[in-house]
Order: sequence, then structure tokens, then C-alpha cells
Amino acid sequence: MRKTAERIPLKVEMPGSGLPADQKHAVQAALDANRGVAGALLPILHAVQDAIGYVPPGAVPIIAHDLNLSRAEVHGMLSFYHYFRTQPSGRHIVYLCRAEACQSMGARELEVKVKQRLGIDFHETTADGAFTLEPVYCLGNCACAPSVMVDKTLHGRVDVERFEALLVEAAEALK
Amino acid sequence: MSTTVYVSGDASALALGADRVARAIAAHASRNGADVRIVRNGSRGMFWLEPLVEVATPAGRIGYGPILEKDVAGLFAAGFLNGGAHGRKLGKVESIDYFGKQERLTFARVGLTDPLSLDDYRVHGGLTGLRRALELAPADIVKIVTDSGLRGRGGAAFPAGIKWNTALGAQSSQKYIVCNADEGDSGTFSDRMLIEGDPFVLIEGMTIAGLAVGATQGYIYLRCEYPHAHKALLAALASAYANNILGDDVLGSGKRFDLEVRLGAGAYICGEETSLLDSLEGKRGQVRAKPPLPAISGLFGQPTIINNVITLASVPIILDRGAQYYRDFGMGRSRGTLPLQLAGNIKHGGLVEKAFGLTLRELLYDYGGGSATGRPIRAVQVGGPLGAYLPESQFDTPIDYEAFASIRGMLGHGGIVAFDDTVDMAQQARFAMEFCAIESCGKCTPCRIGSTRGVEVIDRIIADHSRATNTTLLRDLCDTMVNGSLCALGGLTPFPVLSALEHFPEDFSREAPLPLSAVGGG
Repeated sequence: MRKTAERIPLKVEMPGSGLPADQKHAVQAALDANRGVAGALLPILHAVQDAIGYVPPGAVPIIAHDLNLSRAEVHGMLSFYHYFRTQPSGRHIVYLCRAEACQSMGARELEVKVKQRLGIDFHETTADGAFTLEPVYCLGNCACAPSVMVDKTLHGRVDVERFEALLVEAAEALK
Repeated sequence: MSTTVYVSGDASALALGADRVARAIAAHASRNGADVRIVRNGSRGMFWLEPLVEVATPAGRIGYGPILEKDVAGLFAAGFLNGGAHGRKLGKVESIDYFGKQERLTFARVGLTDPLSLDDYRVHGGLTGLRRALELAPADIVKIVTDSGLRGRGGAAFPAGIKWNTALGAQSSQKYIVCNADEGDSGTFSDRMLIEGDPFVLIEGMTIAGLAVGATQGYIYLRCEYPHAHKALLAALASAYANNILGDDVLGSGKRFDLEVRLGAGAYICGEETSLLDSLEGKRGQVRAKPPLPAISGLFGQPTIINNVITLASVPIILDRGAQYYRDFGMGRSRGTLPLQLAGNIKHGGLVEKAFGLTLRELLYDYGGGSATGRPIRAVQVGGPLGAYLPESQFDTPIDYEAFASIRGMLGHGGIVAFDDTVDMAQQARFAMEFCAIESCGKCTPCRIGSTRGVEVIDRIIADHSRATNTTLLRDLCDTMVNGSLCALGGLTPFPVLSALEHFPEDFSREAPLPLSAVGGG
């Protein structure tokens, strides 16, 4: 008869111990709000990003532990979906549509000029922390192209002058 | 007595300043002591006239548009509350040709009613389809949907009744109704407009689907790029629950149907039905191999009907007016109506719901009025980023699933994107591959790797590096993607590429714009 292997007690460290208290609370609130929800991971990640502005890497082990998933599974969700971010964004996120309907109305040229104006490429944030630029593939505003969404406000028929005005409006909204 | 003024709350109208116009009208009215009630309706779908302001008068609803914030004072001065003359006066909105010539079945209430008023919904024929369904046996509901000839409006055009019948016959204690509202195709916005303009009709259609197959739980998977639609859906769902349209006693029948909205997270592939189901289950949105069909083993492994917004929203009128009524619209095997979306470089962009059978040319010129820039329309992409680019010689193709398939195109979700003669079709072909590379779920190799190789090969063709050899290579690659991909993303991406190559070869044989070193050797 085989001898039962001696069990080595593993040191169990509670996940997420490195996360600031307010972020930890936000993650916990997201988990609690989705208790018993079927397929809860997607709504949980949305709730965390809504509360914190991004999903901090430190949230991954807490969520994984709570849902009895591996950290790889939670991380895999974050890397798969373009909308989720694991770093803070600027104060505003500018979503610039790159899809065909907008291309037909000059979105390719607008993209070049927007990048020049902000001095950043896609997925980057301006040095003053004001704007993060993200590509998006269709905002459903295709009869009024080119389209830009600043945070959750949609704008149509955007050219360079209009874009300049949007930046001013967004900056003023914070004052 | 108060005068009712309509200013659209549709996202595209808001993008053009409708909120500021509504606020200005309210401010002027209160300053002038005018008794005005402002309704934020959906859009009529004539976006070149948005922001459109409509006034209810004894002579009907009189439109003014496009109206900007600065025009509001002038509107009051012109006596618009009584239908007064003004440079932007359009007359009766129903009499505008673009709108008046349409056959609005699915979109019957969009733009007409207050989207969140259940009273408005009932007055304009809402809930009669659901009441009819509650009197019928499940198999009879399915039969009506089958007989109507309704086919899936998401793009695949699979007969809805056959799908429903499969789910009806599947044995399980839990079945699901899933609405695919992940409207990611560029050039499409009908799902968004419908959800914002008449959300109750989608709720009603899904409830009927639940009754038809014995499903008690529904999910609407909505893309997160649509915050306005999300807001409208949440409000409509709350109202539907409060008024016993949803819940454990649907319209007092004792039957149950629960409905929830879930937000996607910016993945185009989640518009593919099996990928959407994985996403709803809380996983990466990766495509599943079929079979099993979702109708047999779908969400959480249970029998699931998954249909597009427009498919489900067309069901109430079919139940209300009967299968024959719906079937009498259309041509060939394409029955009923299709809400077409005119987008991109088009003068009169918007939504045109018509019976199948009109031609692409009628849409582009009679409705669309030609290009927005005034230059000739050179190419049109129908059916989203996976649809073929069509040249002028194919503009007489009728809007019909089979007619489009016969020219190696597809109607898809009914999006039509026009390009003028400044378009570079080699760049459009390159973008099709680039988009596939960005959005591939990564499960199958032809799509995951093929799309990246596709971008590289097209770059070499553009740079005139072994052009003939690389063109052959591109065709080979497309063949592999068409025949070897697991789903429509990899399988259809070659269609815009090959159609561009076939119909616009001159764009692939220009003098090389870049030195070879700039695009990499190979």
C-alpha cells in the first residue's frame, strides 16, 4: 500500500493585499453587486472600471479568488476586450472612429491631424494628463461621419476645426 | 393648451446638437410664457435634417430642420408653434418623399412616439402582438413566424422560424432568448436607432420569443459603444417590469419572462453568435465550433434562440398583423422589409425601411441624393466591413439576399457605405485585413495569422514589390481564409479584399508611393 504523502501546509496569502483601500472597496462592491449573477465576470469588470477608471492589476487576484477562477482567466478577459484598460487614462478619453463609413468622409486624414494635435499615438495619454486617445470601430453615427466620442458624448461631422472646439469644451467642462 | 414640440433624443441627433436645441426651445418658451411640452422622440432617420424640430399642429406634425441652437430665436419669431413660415420649414414630415415613400413596419413608431411612454406605445399598436401570442400555443407562434418568411436580420439571413422550431423541440428545463445588439458593422445603426427610438418593441418581441419556445430568461447583449441606447434600454426595462410586461406574470397571464441587458466591451467578434454566448458566460469572446447549434446547446449549454435586434423587433407586427401581411412585402425568398442604412459619403444619409426588391441605385440616388461631396460615387460597401466593394456597374442589383449572393456580395445587416472617386481601393483592401487582424478572436489560424500576412502582402503589392507574384499569393491567402476559417470574420474578410482587386485593379497598380524599405522586404 502506498504511503500517503505528507501534506505540506501552504501559506495562503489573501489576494489583493497591495491594492489601496478605496480601490479594494470598489472591487469588493463590484463583486457584491453581482453575487449570484450568471456569467458575472464581464459585469464585474465593467463595474470596477466604472468605479476606478481602469481595472488595476491588483484587482485580478481578488476577482479570481472570489469567482474561483484562475488569475490567467481574469487576465485573459482584460487582454481580450479592447474596452478594458489596466492603466489609468487621462481626464478625458477621446474615441476616434477608424471604420469605413468615417473613412469615406476623411477619417484617415482626421486621424493624422488629431495625433499631431495631441502629440500622441493611439492608446497614449497627453503629457498633461488631459486626453487619452483610443481608436474605435464604429459608433453607430455613420450617416454623420466622421465620428468622435469624448467620454460618453458623441459628436458627428467632425473636422479639424470641430475637433479643436471639442478639446476646448472638454477642458472647460472640468472647470 | 400646451403645444407639443418634438426634438429627437437619438444619439446621432445629439451628436449634431439636439440637446442644446431642446434646451434653447425650453428657455425661450418659458421667457415668452409659451406653454410648450418637449418630447424627446427617436429619429425619423433623415440625418441631414437633424436636429429636426417638429411641432404638433391641427394640420399634422410640421418639421423644421436642420435647426441649430442659434436658429431657435428665429423659430419663435416666425411663429413655429403654429406652423409659421421659416427658411428651414419642411412642411408635414410624413409628406417628405424620403420618409413618405418608405414602408415602415419594424420602425413604425420610431421618431413618431415618445420612446419611453408606454401609453404612446399602446396607442400606436404596441402590445397587440404580445396579447395575440398569449392566446396561442407555442407551436402556433412559431408557425406564424415561419410562415412570415422572416429571416435573420443580423446578416446570416437564416429563417427565424426554423431556428425557433429547433429551440421549441429541444427538451430542457431552462431555455434562453438572447438578443444580439452588438451592432459592430461600420455603416449600420438600425439596432441603435430602434433601441433608442422604440425600446418596448424589442422587449415585446423577445417576450413573444420566450413564449414561443418556453424560455423564461432573456439577455440583450449591447455593445458598450452605445451609451445612449444603454440608457434607453435600462429605462424601458424598468418600466416594463413596473407594468407587468416582464416578470412572473406577463400581462396577467401567469407566464414568466425575465430580461436583462449586458454590456459588451469593444470586441467586434462578439457580434458572432457563438462568441457572444461565450462573452455572456463571462469568458473571452471566442468562437465555438458548430454543431452543436445554439438552438440545441447555446448559452450555458442550454437551448437558446439568438437573434438580431431587428429580427426580434419585427416579430410583434407579424403576430399583430399576421404572417401573410408581412410576407406580402418583398421579393423572391427575401420577404418583408429591411431597414437599410445609408452611410458614409452620401448626401441624404439615414434610415430607409423598404420592402426587399428596390435597387441599390435607387437607394444611392433617389433616397441618398448622391455623394455628400458632390463627386461621383465610385464604390459602395454593402453589409459592413466583411461585405464586398461594389462598382457602379453593379448598382442595379436589387436588395435581395440571393441577388447579392450571386454577385459575391452580401446584404448583411443592411448597411450601405458610399465612397466618392477620391477613395484608394488598395488602402480599403488593406484596411479589411488590418481590421480582421485587430478583431480576430485568435481561435483559428487562417483568421489570426492570415489577416496579418494579408496586410503585409497588400503592402508589398502597393509598393510594387514582385507585384504579380504577391497578387497571386494574396488570392491564395484569401482562398485559405475563406475555406479554412471557423467563422464569418476570417471567412468573409477576403470578400472586400478580392472585390477591390477585381473591380478596381488600377488602384493596385499605381506607381509605388514608398520605397520598398519602408514596408519591409519579404
